[in-house]
Formats: sequence, structure tokens, C-alpha cells
Amino acid sequence: MTTEATARTVPYKEKKPFDYDPYLRQGKLPHIWCAGCGHGIVLKSLLRAIDALGWKNDDISMVSGIGCSSRTPGYVDFNTMHTLHGRAFAFATGVKFANPKLNVIVTTGDGDALAIGGNHFIHAARRNMDMTILVYNNYIYGMTSGQGSPTMPEGAVSTTSRFGSIEPPFDTCELAKTAGATFVARGTAFHAQELEKTLYEALKHKGTSVVDILDSCPTYYGRFNKHKNVSEMMKSIEKDGTISVAQAAKLPPEKTEGKIVRGILHRAERLEYCDGYQNLLDRVQNK
Amino acid sequence: MGEAAKKQWRIEIDARRCKGCNICASFCPTDTLELKGITMDVKDIDSCIGCQLCDIRCPDFAIQVFPL
Repeated sequence: MTTEATARTVPYKEKKPFDYDPYLRQGKLPHIWCAGCGHGIVLKSLLRAIDALGWKNDDISMVSGIGCSSRTPGYVDFNTMHTLHGRAFAFATGVKFANPKLNVIVTTGDGDALAIGGNHFIHAARRNMDMTILVYNNYIYGMTSGQGSPTMPEGAVSTTSRFGSIEPPFDTCELAKTAGATFVARGTAFHAQELEKTLYEALKHKGTSVVDILDSCPTYYGRFNKHKNVSEMMKSIEKDGTISVAQAAKLPPEKTEGKIVRGILHRAERLEYCDGYQNLLDRVQNK
Repeated sequence: MGEAAKKQWRIEIDARRCKGCNICASFCPTDTLELKGITMDVKDIDSCIGCQLCDIRCPDFAIQVFPL
């Protein structure tokens, strides 16, 4: 694990283009994501955050499940795994346990993490294994034509809720916090620079970090829910629908009602799982 | 003070990667970009201020703004 501090500031604010090429598998681009899909913006923020940390490609392992978001490892030149639906956390746990020196990143979607992988998600958070979990939250299963996911807001239209959803949604951050994750944050694809900073902190944190990232699926969620285009969708959901932690603290509660709070929401210190295991080995073997 | 040379920029759009989602043009503070056909194009390069927001929000790794 490299800890050398790089010269540049976080977020990237230099007046020249950031060079993503060393982190990408050029032959795989252009990616399969639809026009306007926020996943590409999130990936770019992640790569800038990794660059700021100065991590080398071979020191990073990226694991994913199934879904649009889980295509991410295919485009990056790290040690990557594209695994079973919802089971990315289980594979990531194995990777980290086998080689604790690797920096493990899990990219997963809202359906992948919270519906099919809900069980694995809470146990990954409970164990506090050093990994960074990125939940790309677009409220929908985009790859299979727009079924509603557990984070879909009440009243939202999807393939499986043609007249509006009647289910209350999951709050990813509250769930992760309750399950025991030691770093919980939320970002949006619209606030890409803020997201880069949040991801930088999440990657640096030792222990399970969960970052819930709101991004847009214009192809299904936008079309079903009467969003004219992706820009309008980003404005209404990500820009106007969210409020930063600092602003939320200043404003009276009635003004923040109905808005989603973004930023670093929870941070705690707790024994990391690999360290705990090492302690156990030391204790048992020395007797 | 208006005589000071304004910094010039060059915008490169990779037409093989651009999917024409219009995010860069919608969030450009100076209205420098536009959708032409199925990909983005530069409308007025002189208005570009090099803020890099189009690059940062482009989901397709398609646009880059270089200082001249």
C-alpha cells in the first residue's frame, strides 16, 4: 500500500486534461454504457481519486457483480474480477484475505448490492474488512430493461411498477452504517469533483467504506419518469434533489425536507478484519 | 485591462467515443459546445474559459480541453 502524498490537490483542478489512459484498457473503449449514463462520470472520478493517492495499477483489485455498474472493471487496467450477481463482496473478501496488501474496490449497483447481494453487503460491512464499496445508485436494473430496485423512491415508475412504486425505499447509507461500515458517504455524478474528494477519503480509510453514488439512467428511469433528457434529469435528481452535509447543518429542517444529504455521513474507527485475524494468529500460535 | 491576451484553448472531441448525450453542452458555463448530428461539436471556441467541466462530466472519455 503506497501512502506517498502527491503534489496535486484533491479534487483535480489543473487547467489541462487529466490523463486517464494509464488506468484504462484502451481496446475496450468506447464502453457499452448508454448515452448520458452517469457510470462513466463516476469511473472518471474514481480514477482521479486513485491518481491522487498515487496507487499503482497492480496494487489495486477491482471486483464487481452483475449489472451495468459491474461492467466497470472491464475498462480499467487493474487486477479485476467480474463475478456472480450480488456476490462481489464475498469474492472481494476472499481477495483481501488472500492478499491483504491489495487495495480492494467493489463496484456494484443498487440492485446488485441491496437486493440480490443484500445479505453479503451487510456482512461485508459488519466484518469491517478493508475495502471500498461503490454503490452506483440509479434506482433501477438498467441491464435487464428497467425493473425497480430496492432504492427506487415511492411513486416512481419502472417496468415492475407501471403505476408507481408503493414500496418504501432503502437508504443505502443508513443500512451500511447500521450494519457496521466504518466510513459511509454519498455522492452524485453531477457533483463529480466533490465525488472525487469523497472517493479519495473513502479509499484512504482503513475498514469498510461504503459510498452511495446517485447517477442517472436516462434510458429506463428517465424515460419512464418523464425526464425530458439526461441533463434535466441530472439537474432535478442530483443537483436540486440533494444537499451537502454542511448546507444541511445550517438550514432549518423544513428547508432540507425531501432532499438527500450528500457528503461524508459517518466515520468511525474499529478493528479491521485482517488485523483482527492476525491478532488471533499471534495469540494462538504463540501459546 | 481588456487588452490582456485572453488564454486560448483547444477542444478535442473524439467522435468515435462521443455518444452525443449533450451533458457537456448543458453544463458548459459559457455555451461553447453544441450537438451537431449525433456527436458534440464546438460552437464558439473563443468563449471557452478552460474550466474543464465538460471533461469532468463527460461519461465517455470523449472530450479534452488543452491550453494553447
